[in-house]
Amino acid sequence: MSENLTLPAQQGSTGNPSSAETLLSVEGLTKHFPIYGGFPIKRKVGAVQAVDGVDLTVGVGESLGLVGESGCGKSTTGRLITRLLEPTGGRITYKGQDITHARRRQLAPVRSEIQMIFQDPYSSLNPRQTVGSIIKSPMEVNGIDPAGGREKKVRELLELVGLNPEHYNRFPHEFSGGQRQRIGVARALALNPKLIVADEPVSALDVSIQAQVVNLLKKVQDELGIAFLFIAHDLAVVRHFSHRVAVMYLGKVVEVGDRESIYNGPRHPYTHALLSAVPEVKVADEGEGEGEGRERIRLYGDVPSPIMPPSGCRFRTRCWKAQDKCATEEPPLVQISGNRDGHLTACHFPEGPTTESRGEDVVLDPALKALEKSAEKD
Amino acid sequence: MTTLTKTEDSPAPTGPESFLSVRDLKVRFSTEDGIVKAVDGLSFDVERGKTLGIVGESGSGKSVTNLTVLGLHNPLSSTVEGEILLDGQDLVTAAEKDMERLRGNKMAMIFQDPLTALSPYYTVGRQLSEPYMKHTGASKKEAKDRAVQMLEKVGIPQPRTRFDDYPHQFSGGMRQRAVIAMALMCDPELLIADEPTTALDVTVQAQILDLLRDLQQEFGSAIIFITHDLGVIANMADDLLVMYAGRAVERGTTKEVLGRPTHPYTWGLLSSMPRLDGDINEELMPIPGSPPSLLNPPSGCPFHPRCAYTDQVAGNLCADSRPTLAPGRAAACHLTAEQKQTIFIDKIQPRLR
Repeated sequence: MSENLTLPAQQGSTGNPSSAETLLSVEGLTKHFPIYGGFPIKRKVGAVQAVDGVDLTVGVGESLGLVGESGCGKSTTGRLITRLLEPTGGRITYKGQDITHARRRQLAPVRSEIQMIFQDPYSSLNPRQTVGSIIKSPMEVNGIDPAGGREKKVRELLELVGLNPEHYNRFPHEFSGGQRQRIGVARALALNPKLIVADEPVSALDVSIQAQVVNLLKKVQDELGIAFLFIAHDLAVVRHFSHRVAVMYLGKVVEVGDRESIYNGPRHPYTHALLSAVPEVKVADEGEGEGEGRERIRLYGDVPSPIMPPSGCRFRTRCWKAQDKCATEEPPLVQISGNRDGHLTACHFPEGPTTESRGEDVVLDPALKALEKSAEKD
Repeated sequence: MTTLTKTEDSPAPTGPESFLSVRDLKVRFSTEDGIVKAVDGLSFDVERGKTLGIVGESGSGKSVTNLTVLGLHNPLSSTVEGEILLDGQDLVTAAEKDMERLRGNKMAMIFQDPLTALSPYYTVGRQLSEPYMKHTGASKKEAKDRAVQMLEKVGIPQPRTRFDDYPHQFSGGMRQRAVIAMALMCDPELLIADEPTTALDVTVQAQILDLLRDLQQEFGSAIIFITHDLGVIANMADDLLVMYAGRAVERGTTKEVLGRPTHPYTWGLLSSMPRLDGDINEELMPIPGSPPSLLNPPSGCPFHPRCAYTDQVAGNLCADSRPTLAPGRAAACHLTAEQKQTIFIDKIQPRLR
């Protein structure tokens, strides 16, 4: 099947030809967290390979969704890009400037353009500061004096994110979860950033509130033209928010492409499994057969440990198409023939570009298989 | 439309087969700030071999209801009124000793977080076999055989060696499997699953949901499945109860409630949920505001401050009187059937297709 593979025009970059200008590009980004052990002298005995060679690009004003299961390194990637963590290897380029190992002073102007929204609105706001000072502090740190003063700007921001400007002097505990997340968004917007890294911004919220925050982020993106790196595990939310989507598995990007091709024509078996695992509300009640059409894939077990990831293709231990080649050779992230430009897949034996149900379900879980077999016999 | 009624003690059809029936359940907690009406007049039935799904946001009283069924609420700080009949036996008035005999035996629970549901101090095997020995009087060896058999059933590889492992040696998905095995040890007739997959990844969640469904077919137990995820419930439940602010607002079969919802809150839930197959350009329609405080719930219909359709109800009915939930397929709302139909067809249905 390898003859089907065509190399991308530019090796190593997951460029999106449609977006005119690249804002951020990441090449071979790596982060290994050392593990120390032994007695009496602790030595490095291994490493958690949290992120292991990730290539990404984010265009100006573009929203890139980063999905994957817990422990696949998506949050670490976000923290590396904002340089809250020091990369072990690879290159991060922001507006043509290499910021991989930039010093604090060099980073300062970049940091004001890359902001972050955190997952937990309860722990990411200082309980002893008023909302006003929380949103004001990025401007103070960076010495920015907007026209009309900082307080006016804060009030404008509060209004923009749908909070009452009168709440300027309130404390975070006086707000509900959804409102706190709005404060987090206002803080991220305080410096007029070009890129916002949003790390699971809605997963701690209730369904009805979640939609409020997703709509707010969408509005912010459309009106202010800010690029987003949207990290989430909820595929439906990502689909709603992102122009392009990257799927991560065990520290690597296994598939990346525009929203249409990832959700309607995925090629990597893991993307297939991930999409088929999303429980869907079937509203068709008149026997139209809708909702029946999706394939059903049940993987076996959990994600392997990133301390000793499988050789070759990292997904092979849970893949139904795995062969010897998968264990020895790591599949490159390339454009498979028949795919749209910019849709890259790292797989030796890709699946067909459809999410329609196949003749037979793929059930790799032995217990499930046994139970289903016994149910069939009855 | 009926006017002011205090409770929704409208007796839902008590079929002879309803195994658990809850009638006008009220649970109150006294706190420093006042009395929290966590559950306020809730009635439902569960039949043998069927799954009842309960959906609602956090703080809607879904977990409290089920802790009360199991008698796991704190009797010092809470008052329980109403009736919980399990196979004809009233659990509200039952003595603690009787409850102990039922818990883990006739009814069992699967908790949300498998790490906190298992004790880190004891091996998984011991935690599995202990209730079995207590309830059936089995010997240690019999209990071990049973536990190994159950671990195998839920798909834990090498169950005989895993029997002696501690919970921290299990991965997240395996822990939840172990918790399911523990709940199934004594062949419970009622299984309460409180957000059993919320803490898990999607691929593992899919495994666990399939497993629960297949196990139910095999064991024929009644399941109460609590979740906030409508997608999960659509795949699991036969009947559905939508809860808001400690009360049931809509009831029916899963198909009816998700296919033709009739309560504005259910409409809100469905249209605020992003879907995999929906129109991408269609903006999500969130429910405005946030859930009410149960210390001081709104007057009349608890949903009226967030409801977009109160202006269609004559007078000030929504703010003044609490709508009742009729038996069977029903929604607690003052809108007339025609109004609901028009709103659903005009505004809601196009968003769901």
